[in-house]
Amino acid sequence: MTCQPEIRVQRDDFDPGAELQRLTAGNPRIGAAVSFVGLVRDIGGSHGAGASMTLEHYPGMTERQLMAIAAQAVERWPLEACLVVHRFGRLEAGDRIVLTIAASAHRQAAFEACSFLMDWLKTQAPFWKLEETGDGRREWVEARAGDDVAVARWKS
Amino acid sequence: MRVLYFAWLRERIGLAEESLNLPQDVTTVAGMLQWLRGRSDRHMAALANLNVVRVAVNQDFARPETPVSDRDEIALFPPVTGGKP
Repeated sequence: MTCQPEIRVQRDDFDPGAELQRLTAGNPRIGAAVSFVGLVRDIGGSHGAGASMTLEHYPGMTERQLMAIAAQAVERWPLEACLVVHRFGRLEAGDRIVLTIAASAHRQAAFEACSFLMDWLKTQAPFWKLEETGDGRREWVEARAGDDVAVARWKS
Repeated sequence: MRVLYFAWLRERIGLAEESLNLPQDVTTVAGMLQWLRGRSDRHMAALANLNVVRVAVNQDFARPETPVSDRDEIALFPPVTGGKP
C-alpha cells in the first residue's frame, strides 16, 4: 500500500528535527529517513543589511503541483513516509525555505526519492523569487537551465 | 475566463488578475496569448518574449495547443525559479 504524501505550503518556519521525529516515530518498518533543507543563501551577492528574498507563489497550483510530485515519488519508490514543506513570503539569508523528507525500509529508496523531490520541485513548483538588496536594488531571479538538466536524469 | 498574472508579468501588465471573455475564434493557449498581447501596450510589453512566459490552465501546466474556454482559470508567469543562477 503506497503511503499518503504530506504537503504543506506556509509562511511560517518549520522544525526539521521535529518533522523527522514525527514521521518516523512508531513505524518500525522505517530503516532510513533522508531529509533535505533548502536555505536562503546570500542575496544579491551580499550579506548586506536589509537584503531579503520574497517568494511569491500561486495558491492552489502550488499545493496541487507539490502533491503531484510527491505522488510520483511514492509511486516510484517504496516509501513509508513522504513530506514536503515549502515556505513563501519574505525571507532573509540563513532562513529555511523548503524541507523534503523521504522514509523507507532501506536507504537507497530514501536517498533517491528525496533527491527526486527536490529536482522536480525546482522545475515544477510555481514559486518566483524577488530579491531586494539593502541598497534598494530589486530583481526577479531568473530560472536556471541547470535545473532542467538535473530533472532530466529521472526520466528513464 | 479568469486570468492571473504573477511575478514580473504582473508588474509589467499592472494587474494581478482580470476577468475576460474569449472571442469565439480563440480556442487554444497559443491563440489566447496572441489575443492577450493585443489588448494593451502593457500586455504587449509584458508578453513580448513568449519564451519566458509559462501558462497554466486550471492549475496545470499547459502547452500552446492546450484548449482554453471562458470557464477556465488561466495563469501566466515566468519560468519558476527554484535556484539562483
